[in-house]
Amino acid sequence: MSARVVATAALLVTLLAWPVFAGVLPEERADILYHSYDGGGVQISGPSLLVRKSAGKDFSLAANYYVDSVSSASIDVVTSASPYKEERTQESLDATYLHGKTLMSMGYMTSVENDYEAKTAHFTVSQDMFGDLTTVTLGYSRGWDVVGRTGDPEFSEDTDRRSYSMGVSQIITKNMLLGLEFESITDEGFLNNPYRSVRYLDPQSAQGYSYEPELYPHTHTSGAFAARTRYYLPWRAALSAQYRYYNDTWDVTAHTGEVGYTHPLKNGILLDFSYRYYTQTQADFYSDLFPRAEAFNFRARDKELSAFSSQALHVGATYDIARGGWKFIEKGTVNLYLDHMMFQYDNFRDLTQPAAPGEEPLYHFDANVLQFFVSFWY
Amino acid sequence: MRRASWLWLAIGALQLCGCASFQPWVKPYERDKLADPIMAFERDPVSAAYTDHVYEAREGARGAIGSAGGGCGCN
Repeated sequence: MSARVVATAALLVTLLAWPVFAGVLPEERADILYHSYDGGGVQISGPSLLVRKSAGKDFSLAANYYVDSVSSASIDVVTSASPYKEERTQESLDATYLHGKTLMSMGYMTSVENDYEAKTAHFTVSQDMFGDLTTVTLGYSRGWDVVGRTGDPEFSEDTDRRSYSMGVSQIITKNMLLGLEFESITDEGFLNNPYRSVRYLDPQSAQGYSYEPELYPHTHTSGAFAARTRYYLPWRAALSAQYRYYNDTWDVTAHTGEVGYTHPLKNGILLDFSYRYYTQTQADFYSDLFPRAEAFNFRARDKELSAFSSQALHVGATYDIARGGWKFIEKGTVNLYLDHMMFQYDNFRDLTQPAAPGEEPLYHFDANVLQFFVSFWY
Repeated sequence: MRRASWLWLAIGALQLCGCASFQPWVKPYERDKLADPIMAFERDPVSAAYTDHVYEAREGARGAIGSAGGGCGCN
């Protein structure tokens, strides 16, 4: 599995602990989720179990168990490697302490697969202020990864990760919320994929090009700023909108926009609809086809570093199965979420289509994502 | 100044702000709509974490995806 998948999962651990608001502990609840991703020759599925329980009035503990079972015959794999199957298991523990209007949280996560191990620790503190109209959150996380390579027991490289974040949540009116967040992430160490190759023009080759290993810089620092808002409509429904700006030291600039609508029905069903658009520029050391071998100090042909855009449609349905409570359960829901994603690359070509080097059609693919989960509050 | 000192200074500043006297323009009893679950930025953490993971694994951009509060102080 790519370093990107593991690294982002490691940083996302903070999400499970990010407070809704600082003056109260998170809700006691348990979620059992099955997820499935199918697109671009890749199938990923597995469970996720998240349980949160309070200990007294001031402490809350949360534990998450998550599995990705991967079967990959992606465009990268079919053109320069062999299809593979693997499994990643992620476990995390989080503790939250409430003191007045201050919420402090710390946690630890591990992610293990056959050729990659990641450990992440995080700390966040939130404070309600200005008559509880404003919640300010500061976060810090630190990650330590060890990158391996299947079939090469001598190969072992380290990566260190740090993340600094600050968020502000603000009540604007009786019907409107605003959230602002900035996060800076910096990585140092082995950042490329030990399996992936770049291609370069080679007149000696029958197909006109050959492959060599990709080579990334050993540092990567990024900054992202996001603004989100939700508005309560007169007929008990909610509109949402968000925008994120991203820039990094590899010269990737990205914009993300999303709009959504949440509509409750009278029979305990809640419907969600949203549309998401994403676009990015390519990294300065990315090329679909390099002019010669070892053309530059750094080189990448990872399609996630190419210029591309994507669109996603989301439909979700939630059904309240325990209205009014049942024994020790205060509330329960059954949820089905479906997402359809469309990726269109501007400088990543489909090498499965025969053509002269650099003349192949641009690559594109669609993906479907399913989430089915049951949640209980107690 | 060392990074840890900055962190404690920031936490102290946050606590001072939290204690300051302030008259909110949206009163606590006017926050019932904001407290409705349909107004939560991330209603289901287990699903939000998975969805963000799916996107971040396929995009160059990363970060600033958590719900930056979503707080309404309405409990």
